[in-house]
Amino acid sequence: MILHEFFITVGARIISFMYFLGGLFNLFVQTMYQIFVPPYRKDRIFEQAKKAGFDSLPIVSLVSLFIGFIFALQTAYFMQRIGSEIYIASLVALSIVRELGPVITALVVAGRVGAAITAELGSMQVTEQIDALETLASNPIKYLVVPRFLALSLMLPLLTLYSDAIGILGSYMICVFKLGISSSMYLRVTAEALFYKDLFTGLFKTIFFGMIIALVSCMEGFNVEGGAEGVGRATTRSVVFSFIMIIIADCFFTALFYFIFP
Amino acid sequence: MIEITGLHKSLGAHKVLNGVHLKIEKGKTCVIIGRSGCGKSVLLKHIVGILKPDKGKVLIDGQDVGVLAEKELNAVRLKIGLVFQGGALFDSMTVGENVGFGLIEHDHIPHKQLLEKIESSLSMVGLHGIGNLMPSELSGGMRKRVALARAICINPQIILYDEPTTGVDPITADSINELIKSMHDKLKITSIVVTHDMKSAYKVADKIAMLYQGKIIAEGTPDEIQRTKNPVVHQFINGLAFGPITETLDHSR
Ligand SMILES: Nc1ncnc2c1ncn2[C@@H]1O[C@H](COP(=O)(O)OP(=O)(O)O)[C@@H](O)[C@H]1O
Ligand SMILES: [Mg+2]
Repeated sequence: MILHEFFITVGARIISFMYFLGGLFNLFVQTMYQIFVPPYRKDRIFEQAKKAGFDSLPIVSLVSLFIGFIFALQTAYFMQRIGSEIYIASLVALSIVRELGPVITALVVAGRVGAAITAELGSMQVTEQIDALETLASNPIKYLVVPRFLALSLMLPLLTLYSDAIGILGSYMICVFKLGISSSMYLRVTAEALFYKDLFTGLFKTIFFGMIIALVSCMEGFNVEGGAEGVGRATTRSVVFSFIMIIIADCFFTALFYFIFP
Repeated sequence: MIEITGLHKSLGAHKVLNGVHLKIEKGKTCVIIGRSGCGKSVLLKHIVGILKPDKGKVLIDGQDVGVLAEKELNAVRLKIGLVFQGGALFDSMTVGENVGFGLIEHDHIPHKQLLEKIESSLSMVGLHGIGNLMPSELSGGMRKRVALARAICINPQIILYDEPTTGVDPITADSINELIKSMHDKLKITSIVVTHDMKSAYKVADKIAMLYQGKIIAEGTPDEIQRTKNPVVHQFINGLAFGPITETLDHSR
């Protein structure tokens, strides 16, 4: 009996996730269409780009710097045992540029910007502002989703690039000031370890992470039902589903690049 | 002219509209009365095409808003001003930007003219000079009037008022009634006013229609409605606690 209920619950979850994916795909198609419908309002994209990108700099700096510290120290633990501290530089550079920078930045942005988008659009939904937009002959997808979609898919790669640099700086500080590796040595090893393809594969996927965050958070905002409580629930869902989708997409791109750029 | 024929709509498991028929002639004001939750707002949302009918049609000047493509639908929408029950002001924008929204987005008129138009719309609802405030700084009654100004600003041929006098003080309520009347008398605007304020209904209506259990159960001039023999309408317009409306409610619960 318990098993029976378990399967029903799991089944219901899977079905609701399928609906979620369907809704996401539908919103994606409509957004892509609306991007190309004039008029093009650059000011709204800039406004969102500032909110999503520039305003995220402090938190991204903080998180990336600490990730750099932590990662250098954790790697040092093993590298000192085998007496090859200098490879901390290459290991940290590769991990941050290929994986940690993109994912950490995406998760920070999903938590900070995605949640805010869902809360904003959600309150607009419950106070009928979205209906009012439509009544005034403005398409809510064009007006609300397109600027956020473009801003996030543009700003996330830039933020990631910045996060990569700060992360490597953090590791540099530990290695140079604490472990006594020479500065020029550290920089040379880092430069030797990184290829353009590492940077490219790291940044390319963040375009999609940005799209995911924008689409998930807008969709959850539009679908809010039931007042302030509904807005709260939608905001949680938005962050959770963004995380899940980002990790799935990351796995997909990692596998893809592993096979096409061996 | 607005023609609603056989409109059905279910929301969730609840059948909200169950075959609404209603016709509003050009330049006339029709008041729709009915209890809270009987589907008045849902009906208005069908007229601007935000909700799509399950069955039936809404024709605006002969065009079926339920099936129009987005572009044509938007053209129809720009002929209609809808004043939302709660105002539905955009709270990220100033009052002025709210009022001018339709013009800013769709009519690329010169800045000076735009500001004049916004100011004159605000003056019409008795709120001139507040264009730079944010909606959060306004009282409930002021938000309602700003919403009214936003609807007027696009020079609509049709205005739909969703409970324009609910929750405002009696003096403001009367000035809103006067405004609705002047829209009718001077600008020949076709209006639908949703309300359960009977004083307001008698004052502004050419025709009163009562929505009950998803249907229009009675319609007529204010005089005819006041002299009605229909017990449901009688109970409602006189605001009686006992009668057929409350009895059927008790049965269904
Ligand atoms: N989006 C919705 N989803 C489900 N039910 C709704 C929705 N909007 C309205 N309803 C229901 O439809 C009925 C009519 O609502 P409404 O038109 O707002 O009433 P009113 O006549 O007070 O304006 C109510 O019972 C309400 O619960
Ligand atoms: Mg209502």
